[in-house]
Amino acid sequence: MPVSQIEISENLHEAIYRTVGLTKVYGEGAAAVHALRGVDLVIPPGEIVVLLGPSGSGKSTLLNIIGGLDRGTDGEAWFEDQNLADMSDAELTIYRRDNVGFVFQFYNLMPSLTARENVELVTEIADDPMDPGEALALVGLHERTDHFPAQLSGGEQQRVAIARAIAKRPRVLFCDEPTGALDSKTGRAVLKVLKEVNETLGSTVLIVTHAAATADMAHRVIHFADGDVREVIENETQADPDEIEW
Amino acid sequence: MSPLDRKLLRDLWRIKGQAIAIGAVIAVGVLMLVMMTGLVSSLEETRKAYYERYRLAEVFAPVTRAPERVVSELAALPGVAAAEGRVTGAALVDIEGSALPLQARVVSLPDFGEPKLNDVYLTGGRRLEGDRTDEILLLQGFADAHGLVPGDTLRLTVRGARRDFRIVGLAQSPEFLYVTAPGELAPDDARFAVIWMSRTAAEAAFDLQGAFNEALLSMARGASEAAVLDAVDRILEPYGGQTAYGLEDHVSNRFVTEEISGLRTMSTGVPPIFLGVAAFLLYIVISRMVEAEREQIGLMKAFGYNNREVGLHYFKLVIVIAAGGAVTGCLLGIAAGNAMAGLYLEYFKFPFLIFQLSPGPFIIGFLTSILAASAGGLFVLRRVFALTPAVAMRAAAPADYSGAGAFGSALNRLLDQPSRMVLRRITRQPGRMVGAMLGIAAGLALSGAMIAVMSGFDETLGIAFGVIDRSDVTVTFTDARSDKILLELARIPGVKHVEPVRMVPAVLRNGLKTHRGAISGLVPRPRLNRALDSDLDPIEMPGSGVILARPLADILDISPGEMLTIEVREGRQPDLQVPVVGLADSLLGSPAYMDIAAINRALKEPGRVSGAYLAIDASQSEAIYSRLKNMPTVAGVHLKDNARRSFQQLMDSGAGAMRYVMALIAFVITFGIVYNTARIAQAERERDIASLRVIGFTKSEASFVLLGEIAVVTLLALPIGAVLAFFLTFGVAAGFSSDLYQIPAGFGRADFGMAALAVLAASLLSGWLVKRDTDRTDLVSALKSKE
Repeated sequence: MPVSQIEISENLHEAIYRTVGLTKVYGEGAAAVHALRGVDLVIPPGEIVVLLGPSGSGKSTLLNIIGGLDRGTDGEAWFEDQNLADMSDAELTIYRRDNVGFVFQFYNLMPSLTARENVELVTEIADDPMDPGEALALVGLHERTDHFPAQLSGGEQQRVAIARAIAKRPRVLFCDEPTGALDSKTGRAVLKVLKEVNETLGSTVLIVTHAAATADMAHRVIHFADGDVREVIENETQADPDEIEW
Repeated sequence: MSPLDRKLLRDLWRIKGQAIAIGAVIAVGVLMLVMMTGLVSSLEETRKAYYERYRLAEVFAPVTRAPERVVSELAALPGVAAAEGRVTGAALVDIEGSALPLQARVVSLPDFGEPKLNDVYLTGGRRLEGDRTDEILLLQGFADAHGLVPGDTLRLTVRGARRDFRIVGLAQSPEFLYVTAPGELAPDDARFAVIWMSRTAAEAAFDLQGAFNEALLSMARGASEAAVLDAVDRILEPYGGQTAYGLEDHVSNRFVTEEISGLRTMSTGVPPIFLGVAAFLLYIVISRMVEAEREQIGLMKAFGYNNREVGLHYFKLVIVIAAGGAVTGCLLGIAAGNAMAGLYLEYFKFPFLIFQLSPGPFIIGFLTSILAASAGGLFVLRRVFALTPAVAMRAAAPADYSGAGAFGSALNRLLDQPSRMVLRRITRQPGRMVGAMLGIAAGLALSGAMIAVMSGFDETLGIAFGVIDRSDVTVTFTDARSDKILLELARIPGVKHVEPVRMVPAVLRNGLKTHRGAISGLVPRPRLNRALDSDLDPIEMPGSGVILARPLADILDISPGEMLTIEVREGRQPDLQVPVVGLADSLLGSPAYMDIAAINRALKEPGRVSGAYLAIDASQSEAIYSRLKNMPTVAGVHLKDNARRSFQQLMDSGAGAMRYVMALIAFVITFGIVYNTARIAQAERERDIASLRVIGFTKSEASFVLLGEIAVVTLLALPIGAVLAFFLTFGVAAGFSSDLYQIPAGFGRADFGMAALAVLAASLLSGWLVKRDTDRTDLVSALKSKE
């Protein structure tokens, strides 16, 4: 059921993310590309949020900005009561370290560290981390924890990446095309893990994808087009990843 | 332009930093080769042209007194093109303000017209006029050193008679490019003069009216020098001939030849080492660069390009970098060679320069660079071609670190994850790391060997003037005297010790090998001037037999136990057969030592001395010099400090000066290697570092993975580099050693320390440059690009 933007903004005090007129322009003058054209958006905590849209619609750009990897050209991007636009590089690093977990399409594991060590990479610098074994168990990797990335399948590597992202008990988990490089069976397994993280840890999970079916498992679906939010849909029920059509 | 060629240009632009760094290393290697060979061939050509233009004689025949008519006999000899007689002899110059008497050589010029042989090059004033007996020409170098100009008066003492002459002109001559006072090794413009006067004036001064005491000859093309020398000796024998000698035994020419051949040895020995190191680096860098292109190679193959086309494309990339470096190196090498030749022109006192370039070094430099670069590229391309396009294109599989040699859990507990990343990369990808390590080690070896050779020069001076020669003053007498004169010297107040020496000019011969030099007769256990063995321990003079300096033994190809022929060129000129009984490490010159009593006995002149070494009280030096200046038997007084300064100057402005240039180039190459290694490591780890940053590592924490790797590789390279440097030093030291001086090959702790500091400094600077870049990395784009 579609809801208007104004209704959502009444719940401001609950929002984990809020953007006001967020703009991102690449290049200058005639060659300028407007990746984000003044995005106003509110994301409540604890939800699974899916950002849908064709490539080039700006969804990854938004994710990168609110994930603290990039900066907007103009506008505000609030994480609770902190404006990310005002933060220095060092403050953004602290923000990522303390609050955010990332999962990428190409996993980005350290090839020279084993699965467990890749997770330990994060638990060493986090305040209140899980036990690395626990994080790996959560993603269903009990056994192959001493294997190097080169010895793991794509799905296994992605699950290690998720374990690495959740081991710090992040407030937010950002996933950029997490199933993009995976087959349907492995993809479903990965989505299940994300749902479980959302339920057990209470982390807000933001998934950027252009696989529309993924939207069925979300609490909230944000449709992107041409650098702006086209439509926000709240799902009353969330589908189980097993039921998702691939 | 085809799309592939456009891609080539864009790729080059993208990797321009690294391409320039690689090109620079090649350029410097080629520069060195081109500069050195250009310099040597230019100096040789110039010398040849100078000799020809000023008609330098090819045979010199000293004689006591031969009537002028003998010249036509000499000219008529088969194989002789021209002959001329002249008068020459020793003189003392009295310069006001100089405490010591200065020695000079007087040479006659024909009264009218130019000399047939040994013409002079007038640099100021005018030539001598007719038979005016009060006019002289003065050697430019001496005039400069004492501020004398045409119009000035010079006071000469010839055969005890003092007389004033007017300087009408200044001159240079191919015959006196180098002037060395008798008994000294290193040339010094200020302390030895050459004076040209008319034949009439010289005949009067030396009491040789109607006669000559030196014949000059030039030879017809193809004539045998040995035959001419023999014939000349036969003709001059009745007039007191002292054995004719060829140009190769002429003092000045030998010096120039030795210096140029020192440069030539260097040019053939040292640049290939530099170029080799550059080529090795090029191989490593190119192979890793092409490896990084793997995905694009897969893509091109997927489009339907075949291996040959893809290979050609990357070959072009490699060639552009290598050729760019080689061409730059050639151009810079020509410029540097030209500039160096200009400097040496002044040093050798050539009046003009013929700059000569041969194509050889260009071709060698060009081919070496391109071969090394192609080898690096092809090696990797072959591996990439073995993959199907699909595999090559696939999002790069993570590098496999699961290899053998897992860390012990104990070690694991000690290390945090980033440290493990550093260590595993080194232990589990040893191929890449060994390449990087060897590269840096080679850089260290190059700098280290140059530093070792630089300190070798200081060591040579230190040993020669601190350990071998411990005297303060060397006195030479006008001729061999009774040793009673030693008592006279010892009585001078302030003289602490007097040690006699008998110098005997001689030709040393072993079969066909000869050396024109002198025998130094020393007391059995000398204190002031000693022969030392390789451990710097003094060698006691044996009762019979001769001790040769090591390079002299090499020239004569003789070893201890063999018999040496000594053809004495003094007095009755006997030929002596003497066994070689030992070798000395003299470092300077190539002396031959005998016991003074033994050489005197062999000459049947017991109790004779030709000079003495003195140890004096420095506070009374002025009084001592003035006493010596007034002793009629003293021909020359040399201060060790002066000699040391002359030698230092010789080493700093002659062939030895090249050590500074080469050290500079070595440092450039070393930095290039270290910087390239860091850049490659950065390219390979860019994605990992971006991932770490995303996870929440700070800039410093993330760059630790990269900088830690560079640090470990650098530290591991230090001991390997030390070993390489140890061996390289022998080659480089041999390149810098000549008959004039030897540079000991020793890579010491201090040299290693300096070289290691240079490498560490290069490493720190490179690390800083690389970190500056990684700090600026755009996280988003670094994550999106797959390796």
